[in-house]
Amino acid sequence: MHFDFDAGKYAIYVWPAFALTAGAFVWMIADSLASARRWRREAERLQALRDAQSKGGRAKGGKS
Amino acid sequence: MGARDPHHPLDFLTNPERFMAFSRWAAPMFGVLAAILAAIGLVLTFAAPEDYQQGDTVRMMFIHVPAASLSLFVYLCLGIASFLALVFRHALADAAAVACAPLGAGFTALALVTGSLWGKPMWGTWWVWDARLTSVLVLLLFYLGYLALRSALEDEQKAARAAAILALVGLINLPIVKFSVEWWNSLHQGSSTLLAKPGNGLPAVYAWPMLVMSLAYLSAFGSLWLVRIRALVWRRKARALALQAAES
Repeated sequence: MHFDFDAGKYAIYVWPAFALTAGAFVWMIADSLASARRWRREAERLQALRDAQSKGGRAKGGKS
Repeated sequence: MGARDPHHPLDFLTNPERFMAFSRWAAPMFGVLAAILAAIGLVLTFAAPEDYQQGDTVRMMFIHVPAASLSLFVYLCLGIASFLALVFRHALADAAAVACAPLGAGFTALALVTGSLWGKPMWGTWWVWDARLTSVLVLLLFYLGYLALRSALEDEQKAARAAAILALVGLINLPIVKFSVEWWNSLHQGSSTLLAKPGNGLPAVYAWPMLVMSLAYLSAFGSLWLVRIRALVWRRKARALALQAAES
């Protein structure tokens, strides 16, 4: 298989097109993963807080 | 109200818990598939011969056409999800619509920019106000309008309803984009893939990289769409928990 990476006089159009496509995909992937990670952590943190509060509440109720 | 059938075939798309279980494996699976297809597609792209008329610029077709196809497909998904959210008030459908929009805007912007970079050496101009290019620009404005409307209104329900109506109105633009090259005189060529007229289809040496890259883009969209919907489900859960914490 022969690969042709020499775009000749069209290189100034071809390579920026590929570079911008790669950049757009990097942005879409990074933004999607960062958003998912952020909200997952936030939901887990609040869930843990809620679990701890309800545990504390039950323990108090048990003592009285 | 009747009991919900737990074995409904689409339950994994309508029940948030089942959706999270499904998307947990489906999102990375589509992501890996996209990476493999993109690697094969790039090999085929740079192994394809120069076109006798367009020279090396023909390689831009393999990144431009899939982006343009996805810009339409993603908007169709946005329209369907908006319809389901508007009519059935389904939270997951609304999340699916919101998750679509930035990805669709990204694919549309890519289609416009790569098309412009391809147009300059082939047509002698970066931009022309013809039907295809202008209708794709209008498509990008619908995506941006949807996103702006979602973030402009404080009341999330009102924002969702207004944006869903805008998304449904924008569906009118899809056939205009698709058939613009047939309805009006255009610098842009007609279809050379699925709806190609006899004699206008791509030869196999260009059709294969096009097919593989199109499937790579589609898989990437599938993966990112699921990841973004998951983010919105967690956001909803976090907000509900924060509200409960504030009330208690």
